[in-house]
Amino acid sequence: MTILAIKILLISIFAGGLGSILGLGGGIIVTPALTLLFGIDIQHAIGASLISVIATSSGAAIAYLRDRITNIRVGMFLEIATTVGAITGAIISGLIPPSLLYIIFGVLLLYSALAMIKKVKQEVPGEVVAHKLAQVLKLQGSYYDKTLQKQIPYNVSNVYGGFGVMYGAGVISGLLGIGSGSFKVMAMDVFMKLPLKVSSATSNFMMGVTGAASAGIYLFRGDIHPATAAPVALGVLIGSTIGARIMQRLKSKTIRKLFIPVLIYVALEMIVQGLGVKF
Amino acid sequence: MQMECKKDNDLYDIETFVGRSLQLGVVISATVIVVGMILFIASGEGGFPGDTYPTSFSTIWQGVLALKPYAIILLGLILLICTPIFRVGISILVFFKEKDWLYVGISFIVFIILISSFIFGK
Repeated sequence: MTILAIKILLISIFAGGLGSILGLGGGIIVTPALTLLFGIDIQHAIGASLISVIATSSGAAIAYLRDRITNIRVGMFLEIATTVGAITGAIISGLIPPSLLYIIFGVLLLYSALAMIKKVKQEVPGEVVAHKLAQVLKLQGSYYDKTLQKQIPYNVSNVYGGFGVMYGAGVISGLLGIGSGSFKVMAMDVFMKLPLKVSSATSNFMMGVTGAASAGIYLFRGDIHPATAAPVALGVLIGSTIGARIMQRLKSKTIRKLFIPVLIYVALEMIVQGLGVKF
Repeated sequence: MQMECKKDNDLYDIETFVGRSLQLGVVISATVIVVGMILFIASGEGGFPGDTYPTSFSTIWQGVLALKPYAIILLGLILLICTPIFRVGISILVFFKEKDWLYVGISFIVFIILISSFIFGK
């Protein structure tokens, strides 16, 4: 029992580290690791992965906020879209065939992966014309890039597009009980043209709120097993604290190169699931 | 120019406060989970018959009072889940203190939606 807990703890440290660097919840590692490596049933694995989303978010956000990478205003504003989306997802979950949604969102992710490949040589966004609404909402900002060793000011464009994709991210979270960090990073990086590090940190920041709404429901439904979720929570908290430090020392190009294959993997997985292919 | 500097400082305050609120939540919940894990490993059992564990707030709380490992872990997990919600609540207060009414409104909307999603969920 102790050995199993330690193994789960170690994998969770890794999941939390990668999740905090990429702005994802770590669920893409925790769920398959728990089911495939430890034979834990999918229902408890999803419950534990929701815990990992919240732990990654809160653990990493402490460091990202202290180092001023997170854009709180962007995060708070877009949380309106993700929370309304999450409720929509919960309501429509019985009305619209999920397979159709899987395919639509899978294709959308694939498209954004391609858009990211085009940006693979870009370290920080070039001149971005600020969207009118972005100025009203005071979304522009700046952060200190530790690898470039200088302050990077940035503008925010396409607020409506970003808000729309965030709404979609919320719908997916509500439907599937996931943090949908890949959509959040995409909305900010591809649509709103924020620097990648700001996108990742802000996605991390927001994800806790998305996860919390579902996690409460899962916990009281009995889908969160304490013996599994406890080492996941602790491991991910440790991992995300470390990851938030590593991320700042990485080049944005490197982070993007890590991100693109993950994005393609998640996209293909969604499309395959939508087409009803069983392995 | 001076105004711009002031605005930046304000945002630093906001980030510090919001960061601290998350830190508080994380430290408290992690401590409770660690205590539960230590008791679980020391006693070798969760404190409930078979592999069961409580799933309602009242049974979890009764278990905590009886120092049952699984109940203490679940309490820690509930505190962890509440941390981001607590953070949204703190944001309202911080933006309020900064007299940034637009973002007081935005944080408040998010808070209301979150709370109603809990009601919807049940």
